[in-house]
Amino acid sequence: MAVYAFWILATIVVLSAVMVIAARNPVHSVLFLILAFFTSAGLLVLIGAEFLAMLLVVVYVGAVAVLFLFVVMMLDVDFVELKQGFLSYLPFGLLVGAVFLAEIVMASFAGLENHVGTFDASPGAETNAEAIGQVMYTQYMLLFQLAGIVLLVSMIGAIVLTLRHRPGVKRQSIAHQTARRRSDAFELKDPSSGQGI
Amino acid sequence: MSNLIESFGDFTGFWMVLGQIALFTLVLLISIAFLLLLDRKIWAGVMMRKGPNVVGPFGLFQSFADFGKFLLKEIVIPAGANKTVFILAPILTCTLSFVAWAAIPVAPGTTSGTSWVVSNLNVGVLYLFAISSLGVYGIIMGGWASNSKYPFLGALRSAAQMVSYEVSIGFIIVTVILLTGSMNLSAIVENQSGGFWNWHIFSFQYFPMIFVMFPMFVMFFISALAETNRPPFDLPEAESELVAGYQVEYGSTPYLLFMLGEYLNIVLMCAMMTIMFLGGWHGPFDLGDVVKDWPPLLLSLSGLFWFMLKILFFFFMFAMVKAIVPRYRYDQLMRLGWKIFLPTSLAAVLIVAGYVVYTGVQA
Repeated sequence: MAVYAFWILATIVVLSAVMVIAARNPVHSVLFLILAFFTSAGLLVLIGAEFLAMLLVVVYVGAVAVLFLFVVMMLDVDFVELKQGFLSYLPFGLLVGAVFLAEIVMASFAGLENHVGTFDASPGAETNAEAIGQVMYTQYMLLFQLAGIVLLVSMIGAIVLTLRHRPGVKRQSIAHQTARRRSDAFELKDPSSGQGI
Repeated sequence: MSNLIESFGDFTGFWMVLGQIALFTLVLLISIAFLLLLDRKIWAGVMMRKGPNVVGPFGLFQSFADFGKFLLKEIVIPAGANKTVFILAPILTCTLSFVAWAAIPVAPGTTSGTSWVVSNLNVGVLYLFAISSLGVYGIIMGGWASNSKYPFLGALRSAAQMVSYEVSIGFIIVTVILLTGSMNLSAIVENQSGGFWNWHIFSFQYFPMIFVMFPMFVMFFISALAETNRPPFDLPEAESELVAGYQVEYGSTPYLLFMLGEYLNIVLMCAMMTIMFLGGWHGPFDLGDVVKDWPPLLLSLSGLFWFMLKILFFFFMFAMVKAIVPRYRYDQLMRLGWKIFLPTSLAAVLIVAGYVVYTGVQA
């Protein structure tokens, strides 16, 4: 059963990955990317890494890809213009692709399993969330915190780059709004007949 | 093989699982029909109207009449719409809201340590969170594929809103996970056994935590309103501004699917609140010795009764909020999500984590 599931999922991953670059409409590309992410999560479930699978869905599909989709939908992409530069970029793309392929082939022939996973991941752990937690917070504590700092720095950097204080912008002040009382807004007058206020 | 594949509930076997799924789907569909009516009746009651009362006694069959009407209407796809995505969006929304129910344990099993659930996942909470975070795609896709201004604006609003409130929902879920020490939904329910004071909303077994968990429960309820686009946070379909948001161009069956998905999500959120804060299938008092000799099936059914009663209570709350609370402004919504809920829930995670570490309740 698991073997069939693997072949079905793997086929979908590869096909949707191809469609990411083959689709004419960029929004369709992103949607295929999402399908590829989601199906990869299925593959992770098959090898028993259910915690990682769920994280992949929550982080990449639920958050990152939504932002991708936002950006692609908001940009008014001109498809014809996009296709024009295709040939001039082709050699560079091929080069990157070839290097990447060579690296993967070299890594798989060098026996990947002999170099990673040199320690027993947490013998007492029952679920793989516990196993990952025990490794991450002991063996890789420093790297983990470093990654957090890198993310924080990049987040602050993005805010600094995009935040502009523009003068003359009307802002909502919630405290001011909720502090408003009836007497601030209304005044009851009792004008006598025939006379204005 | 992974736990996820192996653990298909109490019974194993392909057909058994298929039967369970069919049963869940059927029960959900029928309950949604009546919950929709309940929603409209409550809303009408608050406004001193009668609500639907023509089809069947007390209008009981109103939803079925609506269902037939939606099915028989013609599907209109706007010119210039992206056909595939347009049709795919409501199907995706509806499917995802059904799929999420696979992990919800509805009653204790007939043998100890099991529960009535299609798939007893070890990462059940994360699964629910993941599936509900996918719900935003149906809305974005629908709004974009309509190729029209109002749906697109509605979709963008909705996506921003759902992504914002997901963050605080995530942190609130983490507090519950910390107290339980497990991401298994059945384990979370079992952790609240022994009487209503042990439910996570009161957390008597972790005494001072009531001051953290009770506010977290209230925040979860409000976030659930925002996450399901219910009033007072129904800005994606604020009819005074956006006509009907991402659903403007939808009619007949696709609209029906959107609406079905929306209500399923609401009931799912009610179920999540029940499981994480209100003790799931546990009754308010632990009758331990009294019911010891009852047949196990009866115990399971009584668990199911309490579970459904609590869901119904939450659904009533959802309907009442819809009836009596005015709509938020969009900047207020974002401020509430990012400036109030996010820091508060983050602080709660720190406090609960500190409590768990220093009292050692999770060995």
